[in-house]
This record gives sequence, structure tokens and C-alpha cells, in this order.
Amino acid sequence: MTEMKNEMNLQFSALSQNESFARVTVASFIAQLDPTMDELTEIKTVVSEAVTNSIIHGYENNPDGKVYISVLLEDSTVELVIRDKGVGIRDIEEARQPLYTSKPELERSGMGFTIMENFMDEVEVRSESSFGTEIRMKKYLLKSKALCN
Amino acid sequence: MSLNINMEIRNDVLCIRLGGELDHHAADELRQRATSVLEEQNVRHIVLNLEHLTFMDSSGLGVILGRYKHIKQLHGEMIVCAVSPPIKRLFDMSGLFKIVRLEESEEFALERLGVA
Repeated sequence: MTEMKNEMNLQFSALSQNESFARVTVASFIAQLDPTMDELTEIKTVVSEAVTNSIIHGYENNPDGKVYISVLLEDSTVELVIRDKGVGIRDIEEARQPLYTSKPELERSGMGFTIMENFMDEVEVRSESSFGTEIRMKKYLLKSKALCN
Repeated sequence: MSLNINMEIRNDVLCIRLGGELDHHAADELRQRATSVLEEQNVRHIVLNLEHLTFMDSSGLGVILGRYKHIKQLHGEMIVCAVSPPIKRLFDMSGLFKIVRLEESEEFALERLGVA
């Protein structure tokens, strides 16, 4: 079988109405790997979580900010990088705790990172105040697992 | 894709029926609309019908938890019904089912709250 590599990059304003645009666009790009409905829902959900974090926390709702998404498909692996150039996360360990939120007044559930970790196979977070936040995630679609067996 | 919100008051129960997608963008509108009914009308319980909800993320969990806290202050109950498997996973993950009751349908939920 020949290896397939395919890449997509997306950049958009940090506006909440772009959250659905982002997840639908990423899902339609990934559709060529023929994922299951569950896998597609999981990827849409994690895109929504990461983009929402960039808008609310990274840019604190300043629409001048930009959110960057890149998706790399390699065989049956989806690599998703979602990045902002916002304020960064002060304490990544704390932010990754289930139910932790830095903005309880906004009725945040604090489940964003927990969902990303549950729905993806790998989640790496890089965050600095001068850099912003980059979330790098990988998911191995079921098809590739079947081939390994 | 956007969120469709339908609200109806039956006795002292506010039925909130959601269709479409509930994310951070849509959560703001749902919060405002539900809060104004809870503050202005004589409502004690909430039945949240998710039958036609096709997508939800953690912002949805947040807004549901917020309404739960509101209705608890009124000494009422919240019942969520017709939850699809992907949305149920989010509820399980967050532990929301430990505090919010789940029913198969709106009819059953209303029955449990004594609305015929």
C-alpha cells in the first residue's frame, strides 16, 4: 500500500461563530479517510474545545486574534494542531485537571482538556505568554488499527 | 448550523427542546433565554429534551450545569431526556448524570414531575 500524505491549513478570526465553521471544515477534510461516525464526532468535538479555548482564554474574546488550524493526514493517522497567539496558559497541569476552569463566572464546565484527552490518542500542549498556546493532537483511526492486527 | 430553542411551560415545568448544535456560540443565547424565563415565570422544574440535538461540546455541559444550579436554588429538579450516545458520553465523562436525572422521553420526564 502506498503511503498517503495530505495537509490542510486554516486561519480565521477568533469569533465564536467560527467554531462551527472550524469543526465542520476539519471534519470534511478528514472524511476522505472514511472515519466512523463516532470518530468524526470525536474530532469535531475536540476541534470545538480547542478553538473555544483560544477564543475565550487565549484572546479573551478579542476578535482581532487569529486561530490557526493545521491538519495532517498520514495513512490513517490524523494530526491536528490548533494554535493561537494569545496570552498563554499560566499553569498547564492545572488547566488539564477535569472540572478546572479559570473562568467559573462564564459557566465553563472545565471539561475541555479532559474531552480532548479522552477522544484523541495523543495530546501535547505548549503554552507560553510570548508564544500563545499550541495543542497538538493525534488520532489513529480504526482502519489502521485493523491493519496492524 | 445553529441551535434551535423551543420553550414551553407546562404547569410549573419549563420544557426546553433543543435542536441542531450546542457549542460556546449557541450557549450564550440558550443561557439568556432560559434565565429570563426562570426569572420571570413561575417555574420550578426543567425538562431538557435533547432529542434533536446533533452536536454538543463542553460549553453545552457548562450551560446545562448553570441551569441546574439555578433550578436547585428554586428547590426544583432537572430531568434531561432523549440523549444520544455521543452526548451521553460527555455527560458520563463530566459526572453530570450523578446530579441530573435522565429519562428516555419527554413524556416520561413530565410524568415523573407529576405533569399528566
